[in-house]
Amino acid sequence: MKIHEYQAKQILAEFGVPVPKGRVARTPEEAKEIAEELGGKVVVKAQIHAGGRGKGGGVKLATSPAEAEHAARAIIGMQLVTHQTGPEGQKVKAVVVEEQMAIERELYLAVVIDNVAGRPAIMASAAGGMEIEEVAATSPEQIHRVTVDPAAGFQPFLARELAYAVGLDGDSVRLAVQLMGALYKAFIANDASLAEINPLVVTNDGRLLALDAKFNFDDNALYRHPEVVALRDLDEENPLEVEAQSMGINNYIKLEGNIGCVVNGAGLAMATMDSIKFAGGEPANFLDIGTVNDPQRVVGAFKVIKSDPAVKAILINIFGGMARVDVIAEGVIAAFKQMDVGMPVVVRLEGTNLEQGAKMLAESGLPVIRATDLGSAAREAVQAAGGLS
Amino acid sequence: MSILMDGSTRLLVQGITGAEGSQHARRSVEYGTNVVAGVTPGRGGQKMDEVPVFNTVEQAARETGANVSIIFVPAAGAADAILEAEDAGIPLVICITEGVPVLDMVTVKRTLIGSKTRLIGPNCPGIITPKAKSRAGIMPVQVFTPGKVGVVSRSGTLVYEGVAQLTANGIGQSTSVGVGGDPIIGTSQREVLEMFNHDPETEAVVLIGEIGGNAEQDAAEYISSSMKKPVIAFIAGSTAPPGRRMGHAGAIISGNTGTAKAKKDALSAAGVTIVQTPAEIGATAKRVLTECGLF
Repeated sequence: MKIHEYQAKQILAEFGVPVPKGRVARTPEEAKEIAEELGGKVVVKAQIHAGGRGKGGGVKLATSPAEAEHAARAIIGMQLVTHQTGPEGQKVKAVVVEEQMAIERELYLAVVIDNVAGRPAIMASAAGGMEIEEVAATSPEQIHRVTVDPAAGFQPFLARELAYAVGLDGDSVRLAVQLMGALYKAFIANDASLAEINPLVVTNDGRLLALDAKFNFDDNALYRHPEVVALRDLDEENPLEVEAQSMGINNYIKLEGNIGCVVNGAGLAMATMDSIKFAGGEPANFLDIGTVNDPQRVVGAFKVIKSDPAVKAILINIFGGMARVDVIAEGVIAAFKQMDVGMPVVVRLEGTNLEQGAKMLAESGLPVIRATDLGSAAREAVQAAGGLS
Repeated sequence: MSILMDGSTRLLVQGITGAEGSQHARRSVEYGTNVVAGVTPGRGGQKMDEVPVFNTVEQAARETGANVSIIFVPAAGAADAILEAEDAGIPLVICITEGVPVLDMVTVKRTLIGSKTRLIGPNCPGIITPKAKSRAGIMPVQVFTPGKVGVVSRSGTLVYEGVAQLTANGIGQSTSVGVGGDPIIGTSQREVLEMFNHDPETEAVVLIGEIGGNAEQDAAEYISSSMKKPVIAFIAGSTAPPGRRMGHAGAIISGNTGTAKAKKDALSAAGVTIVQTPAEIGATAKRVLTECGLF
């Protein structure tokens, strides 16, 4: 789960990471008010989840409250296009109005999980303000990392190593150690998957502040963080994906093709997409139906796929282990009863309780196309969707 | 022989009275696996069919000599269940549970350093050794057949898919292991490959990977330096769009290593035969085994 910059900064502030003075504004008038409080010289920043806001015109400097109001009027309501939003862009509902800082240096700082080590890692770079993926690709030697032993927890020496590595000295090292400790604490306390400050700025008067901030959270741990769930902004997510989640389908990703896929297991779901492409077609989605044995979830999957107008055929590929084929068959039959499916459906079933499932489907007399293996299922689906793309 | 599980397996089921736990414990019993105990706190003294249920893993292990534990408890209690089995000294613990919080796995992984317990999973289908009729997991048993090919996969359903294709081509399996699809897992593909390499009853290995992370590159490194047996690999997600997570994290740390192409290139350079399309896992394995005089 992702949140907005202003929400991330609230979390940081709560844990003792210094952030610029400022607040979120939802109207130009509010933006003006905040600018007045801050003395007029401010930055106005669009609040959307995607990065690259500055290049798209979502960040403006103002030297007076009137200018701040003007900037907010231009940004709030705009359809902001960045390299992360897609060509349609994302509608801006709010801006952050913040004091301008006199910046001496821009650094990068983040806490992530190092999957190989199985531990949290703190990453720092002197190349602040750039996207870290770009730094990793062009000059990986500029990224410094330490991992934290969870038994010992955060230790100042780790932060000192990073602070010296990015060229800090004197009192700023002490400030950086404090700041990294606070960031690490915020990461752990919230079950974050990413806590990123980019840039972390060193000001002319020697302070360290989080000029921009990003938090992502471990979806599997949200059950123990209702205060984090409350920060969710559904307008920032794909509406079809949100609808899928409301039906218990947490692994639906909309793609560009015309063959709707219902599969159990992430690996088989990817392999099904691969098979469709190898057969000359294009998958409309990635969908892992999961292992909860509830026929209504199959009905939900049909609903989600049908609400994508591009879909011309549906491919159901189930290899039951934990998931039971008879439950899936029951769901397919229920879906045909509850809605006008209105397009060809190719079904390939294997695994746990196959016999019962196959029998139920055969006896139902439904007009589904049965396939016996992955390759033929993909070919049938491509043909049913209107041939090669 | 085989790896991890054989005729000496004495299986304990944590969460045996739950819907999935009881169903799959029964399927293992029907298959011929020696299921000696179950654990559900508060249900000690009861029986699930013929299997005695205990309140704690410690008591179950002491009274039944269980040496493998399989975990079916919900995600919020999974780390606790793994650590309970570790504390009781169970040598092999398999966690089926999906959706375990990452920070819980950080704690588990740290605790397992220097421990006598090996963890498989979480978010995995388990382990099956067909010759010994030994099954700890959720796999559909009808597709498995005894033989000499080891199977290791991150994805559960792709174990079934790959094995069904092997069986359809007349190729049996020594042991099939699903290591799990989560970012932090107990045992890597590389470690399983190493076990297969040393197992006299395994003659070749089918490796099934997927996009994200660098586990396949790590496996390739081992294959290149030490593997004495032919390896056939399929990588799922060749056509997954960049920038969308299909269940895996870590792209920042590993740079470009997460793509299917990078994984195939690394494995290919290590001498592995790459399966081009998912429907050709069985046929490719048959071709390689025939070329090596193993079929």
